[in-house]
Amino acid sequence: MNNFSFTKALDMDTAISLTSGNDHNKLIAGGTNIIDLLKYFITEADTLVDINSIPGISKIAENETGGIRIGALVTNADTAYHAIIEEKYPLLSKAILAGASAQIRNMATNGGNLLQRTRCYYFYDIHTPCNKREPGSGCSAIQGYNRIHAILGHSESCIAVFPSDMCVALSVLDAVVHISGPEEERNVAFSDFHRLPGDTPESDNNLKRGELITAIDLPEKGFSKYYSYLKLRDRASYSFALVSVATGLDLENGLIKEARIALGGVSPKPWRVKEAEDFLKGKEPKIANFEATAQMILKGAKGFEHNRFKIELAKKAIVRNCMMALDPTSQRAGAKPSL
Amino acid sequence: MIPNFRFMANSEKHSITLQVNGHPYQLELLPWVSLLDALRENISLTGTKKGCDHGQCGACTVLIDGKRKLSCLTLAVMQEDVAITTIEGIAAEGNLHPLQQAFIDKDAFQCGYCTPGQICSAIGLLNENKANTREEVQDLMSGNLCRCGANKGIINAVMAVKQSISHE
Repeated sequence: MNNFSFTKALDMDTAISLTSGNDHNKLIAGGTNIIDLLKYFITEADTLVDINSIPGISKIAENETGGIRIGALVTNADTAYHAIIEEKYPLLSKAILAGASAQIRNMATNGGNLLQRTRCYYFYDIHTPCNKREPGSGCSAIQGYNRIHAILGHSESCIAVFPSDMCVALSVLDAVVHISGPEEERNVAFSDFHRLPGDTPESDNNLKRGELITAIDLPEKGFSKYYSYLKLRDRASYSFALVSVATGLDLENGLIKEARIALGGVSPKPWRVKEAEDFLKGKEPKIANFEATAQMILKGAKGFEHNRFKIELAKKAIVRNCMMALDPTSQRAGAKPSL
Repeated sequence: MIPNFRFMANSEKHSITLQVNGHPYQLELLPWVSLLDALRENISLTGTKKGCDHGQCGACTVLIDGKRKLSCLTLAVMQEDVAITTIEGIAAEGNLHPLQQAFIDKDAFQCGYCTPGQICSAIGLLNENKANTREEVQDLMSGNLCRCGANKGIINAVMAVKQSISHE
């Protein structure tokens, strides 16, 4: 780590003024990602600003629109095991518990989960070119070992994926991100929070300088009856997704009233395709229909030398997970296949 | 290779007090000292191990206010006013903690390097009380790697203590 100074921000305004005045003053909450990035010299800090003492953003409570507001400083574990989340948003609970390890979930915060960086090995290796880490230096992954990389949403400058499991569920739930900053507070739809790399892959999301996440709102609709999270990876646990799928279904008289499907591990942000979800409306929840949806979601997918397998894997995972969603009681620890 | 830093702040040492195993330790630490390094280098509690130093292996697991956390991924200056428990602090005077005894009984280690982290993690797991089946215990212990491959014995040890608690 470089030599940095350290201070505790006791209120929001202090944190905002410290980071808006200097791009290299960095916020730290759980620390599980930024400490690692500092150790690898991927991130440098002038001052590290500890925000854990900021009041008012570390609770889970009902919001004014019948949904739930989860504070940015609540840990991933406390969120996943919260009684309201387990009951009304079990998809979120399962997705969180599929990520990282118990120790990391006890430390990592919800705000930090949205802001974690990619685990592309070239991003992490400061000896190699990487446009995300060092803009303009090139992408080592496109011609390199790209097994874990993107098949959707990538660009000629970056094919890294966003690694979060929690965010795949937040995408399906149409969460809303609350942001404070030097200007007025604003709310951003989850689908607009993260961004595709284009020719500026150094920016993972649409936060502006000095802004920080204060809370995440979950709308009332939680898909608590028909849901599933499936995570496919190289180990049975404690590994990032090669492909993951979050599904929420709403059924009426045996037909699909609403379907939401998001992919993780395949793109620079959780991947949803509205037309593919709309296609399922009014149809029977059966394999043939989910196969057609999977084709639509993977439309335009482009693999590279080592990750082409993800295209077929993602299609099969979508079908499997949609069928699993019809019987959520079959969910297994670690979001393993259950049917 | 260590890159040329843009920042080399003339950081001052912070005067902090860490509460470890029930004892206060007054320390003068630079801000970038991890809790793991503070425990090992400044307090000389070397039971907590440095494996990967990047949050991938679990060898540095300690209990903070009863919750299992990775001491390599947090700074010592962030851990004032909390109760830190390391492997040295889990047993009552003169006795082994039930998990320590179970690790011996169930052959749950070979080289022993991951063992302090495994045991602290297992105590955290039992405090959480979220694992009901062997599969769930395996999943919730997956943050602790054992390169010797003693995993089966480790899970046997955790299951044995878990069952003895539920029969009390």
